Amino acid sequence: MPKVVFVSPNGTRREIGIPDGWTLMEGAVQHNVQEIAAECGGGCACATCHVFIDPAWLGRLPAPAAAEQDLLECTAVPRQENSRLSCQVKLTPELEGLVVVLPERQT
Amino acid sequence: MTRHVIIGAGQAGLQIAESLRKEGFTGEIVLFGDEASAPYQRPPLSKKYLLGEVTADRLLFRAPDHYSRLSVDLRLSTRVTAIDPAAHTLSLSDGTHLAWDRLALTTGARVRKLELPGAEDSRVHVLRGVDDAESLRRGLEQAARVVVIGGGFIGLEVAAIARKLGREVTVVEAQSRVLPRVVAPLVSAFFHELHSSHGVHILLDQQVATLTPTADALIVETGDGTRIPADLVVVGIGVLPNTELAEAAGLACEAGILVDEFARTSHPAIVAAGDCTRHRNLLFAAPHRLESVQNAVDQAKVAAATMLDAPVPYAQVPWFWSDQYEVKLQMVGISAGHDSLVVRGVPGPDGFSVFYWSGDRVIAVDSINKPAEHMAARRLIAAGGKCAREHLADTTIDLKTLIQ
Repeated sequence: MPKVVFVSPNGTRREIGIPDGWTLMEGAVQHNVQEIAAECGGGCACATCHVFIDPAWLGRLPAPAAAEQDLLECTAVPRQENSRLSCQVKLTPELEGLVVVLPERQT
Repeated sequence: MTRHVIIGAGQAGLQIAESLRKEGFTGEIVLFGDEASAPYQRPPLSKKYLLGEVTADRLLFRAPDHYSRLSVDLRLSTRVTAIDPAAHTLSLSDGTHLAWDRLALTTGARVRKLELPGAEDSRVHVLRGVDDAESLRRGLEQAARVVVIGGGFIGLEVAAIARKLGREVTVVEAQSRVLPRVVAPLVSAFFHELHSSHGVHILLDQQVATLTPTADALIVETGDGTRIPADLVVVGIGVLPNTELAEAAGLACEAGILVDEFARTSHPAIVAAGDCTRHRNLLFAAPHRLESVQNAVDQAKVAAATMLDAPVPYAQVPWFWSDQYEVKLQMVGISAGHDSLVVRGVPGPDGFSVFYWSGDRVIAVDSINKPAEHMAARRLIAAGGKCAREHLADTTIDLKTLIQ
């Protein structure tokens, strides 16, 4: 179960184990990471599970699909190069220790 | 200590519990659910769960230890049998009673049943809870021939999954088009063609007359005498709000528990939220009932605020989505009462959006495989719906720039 570090806008770090095959969003929401709204429940339909991936890890993730790219233009906090929708990032053993920075707001 | 009680552990009930805590309520919270599972997401039941892509543990809103951390007394597999508003108590199926200071009803809705002989056959399925979904998922493993009764969202989502699983699928719809209640005819036509191209047989203007078991099938016979042999039947003909507890307690109900824009029922200490309510939303002239995640969440926040005597009126734009095959339909606003349409893009695989106008304002937008347009449309509707109509169909112009 890869451990992921979620960093809040105020710098608080929280480590959460997320099972392989689950999405970052699923693990975060079940553990009540409140900075992730995930209004649509993981449908790549709402852009409210926006996160910033620590640049050191960015290259290890598969590139976002077209639908995610479109939605990243609609995030409440403007996207950056390391922006992803956490409902589209699946955990694999290689992502042990992944660091994810949370945005100020989602809506 | 003050005790707030919530009846119904779905999306709205959970949201009320969490909002009460978030807003600083330190009293006791009791959350009753009549299902065995802790609160879970329903939308994936007709999508990824049915396909076997996600398991029930992934549908849970929160990890099991969350409730004790939040000091929410979650009582599952427990049915509330009566409410006494005057005494501020309720009765449970085990005969015990519980006192409350404020009460929230988030009792949801249940599926409308097919009132026909044969509808009790074990091959006839519905889809509302995780138990229904599990039973249907197992049924689909065995069945070669699937008949879906009802061409609404649930029916079409199940049809899409059954086709993905390689089953033979027939959809029987009583109206003259699929999705008749909620989308424009051209959107219905798009989804009809989508399903046809995936091999679904769609029968329109057909009521199911009888269900007859034979040695190797359940025969679905329609009003015009068409007979369709099925190994499995799915009934998706809508839901009914669970108002019985409220009605028995003397609360005003009318095709839903009636609530105002503060989620207040006709009793000052009782609120209600979610699918079970016919409610006021300041953005609309008339009260309505909605079956959606958005309404459950946003109305629950309103209900929680009222319970804490810090009322905030409900004024949120409704939105909704449906996944069928590789197509995502996203809707915002309420299209009822529109007088004209503008179509942006060409109905087809590249996606398009349909703008529903009433006078000089956009009141609703359906987007098909255009999530960014949907998000822009949400802002458009929330801002009052004014936009440059003459450029709306021009896909070379970014939608965001047209919103005034």
